[in-house]
Amino acid sequence: MSQILTVSPDFNTKYLAGWFILNNWLQHALETSIRLEVFDDFERQRDAIRDGKVDLIYANPYDAAWLVRERGYRAVAKPRSKCDETVVATSAQGPVERVEDLSPGITVATTDDPDVHMMGMIMLEPADLGAANVTLKRCENYVLVAKELMRGHAAAGFFLADTYNELSPMIRSKLRVLVESQINVIHHLFLVSPAMGEQAVAVHDALTGLAQSDKGRSVLDDIGIPGWDDVSEEDVEFMIDLMDTLV
Amino acid sequence: MNDIQACDVEGEATRHTLTFCDGSTRTVHVVDREVPFPEGKLIVSRTDPEGIITHVNRSFVFMSGYAEDELVGQPHHILRHPEMPAVAFKGLWDTVGAGEKWHGYVKNLRKDGAYYWVYATVVPNLRGGKLVGYTSVRRKPSRRKIEEAAALYRTLT
Ligand SMILES: Cc1cc2nc3c(=O)[nH]c(=O)nc-3n(C[C@H](O)[C@H](O)[C@H](O)COP(=O)(O)O)c2cc1C
Repeated sequence: MSQILTVSPDFNTKYLAGWFILNNWLQHALETSIRLEVFDDFERQRDAIRDGKVDLIYANPYDAAWLVRERGYRAVAKPRSKCDETVVATSAQGPVERVEDLSPGITVATTDDPDVHMMGMIMLEPADLGAANVTLKRCENYVLVAKELMRGHAAAGFFLADTYNELSPMIRSKLRVLVESQINVIHHLFLVSPAMGEQAVAVHDALTGLAQSDKGRSVLDDIGIPGWDDVSEEDVEFMIDLMDTLV
Repeated sequence: MNDIQACDVEGEATRHTLTFCDGSTRTVHVVDREVPFPEGKLIVSRTDPEGIITHVNRSFVFMSGYAEDELVGQPHHILRHPEMPAVAFKGLWDTVGAGEKWHGYVKNLRKDGAYYWVYATVVPNLRGGKLVGYTSVRRKPSRRKIEEAAALYRTLT
């Protein structure tokens, strides 16, 4: 039976092929059969985790908190210089210049990406906006969030900052950033399930070793991650404590 | 912990003597000048179980006006503003002491006598079931919430 590797559904689909390549790399390094399973929605991925079907996961910070604290997963590496920051934007044509100009009753375009949604909602608080007085419009992806803003169907939208910055210049020229988070300590984590605990060191070595060969560096390019860094148990616990203050 | 002296602050200052729950006192000069919360940032600190600061992030250092090494090792009441009622902090300590999460609006005193408002959350930090300290994360509060908190605190101090 294969082990299952999965990736937080917020990953950029342009790296899909790269994750298959990383999967192969891990199979060779661990000398075991691993299968990449991609979920396009967070809930289905969580169901698979609850059923004990996920052995390796590149998890977003929100799910990582749950996986580590409740499910006993162990963090083996974090992506180098890649933090999860959130942009709140509006239409460039509209009258809104700052978050405080937004008023109760507006529609907010968002995705089911849990940490971006959480940070976006926090960044609306200075305008006294919250779940009780905004209407959420869930979009499949960030391009659709942008479209909701450009069509005037939503007054504000939440984006993963990295993805916002990769939107086409044409789209970005039609949007106005109201605020961008600068938290610097919230990031994805590569986690290993308790069942695979014995291989945690091998997974860590395989990931951090990528940067040491041309072939490995090309795998990193293919997944859009500059490298993998060590992460201490205390770093992870600190990030989770911090997340805990935000939920 | 040093006092905040008249010469440390710019503008018309009022003088207060704070008495902390450990019995110590501090004389501070405060000015009525608000420093805006930095957009998009979180102000983060950690303490040991007694409330002694063990870690601060850059936004914390920046907003407090102190250098990092003036903060780490000090009791967290280094930011106590005279307009904050003692009962608010009693609520904080009772809540986190019971292992729960605390939220509240806090007016903090800077080294230069000015102030900044935050919406703070404090959580206990457990490692292997053992309490090792507390983490506090502050975010930007709305103007309306600040005014409500200020009005309430005036009735409590
Ligand atoms: C993690 C943590 C963060 C705190 N942050 C603040 C703060 O930002 N400002 C403040 O006045 N008190 C803060 N306190 C409360 C202080 O420890 C202290 O209770 C308060 O300043 C009143 O002083 P006293 O309890 O020594 O009388 C914090 C406590 C903890 C545990």
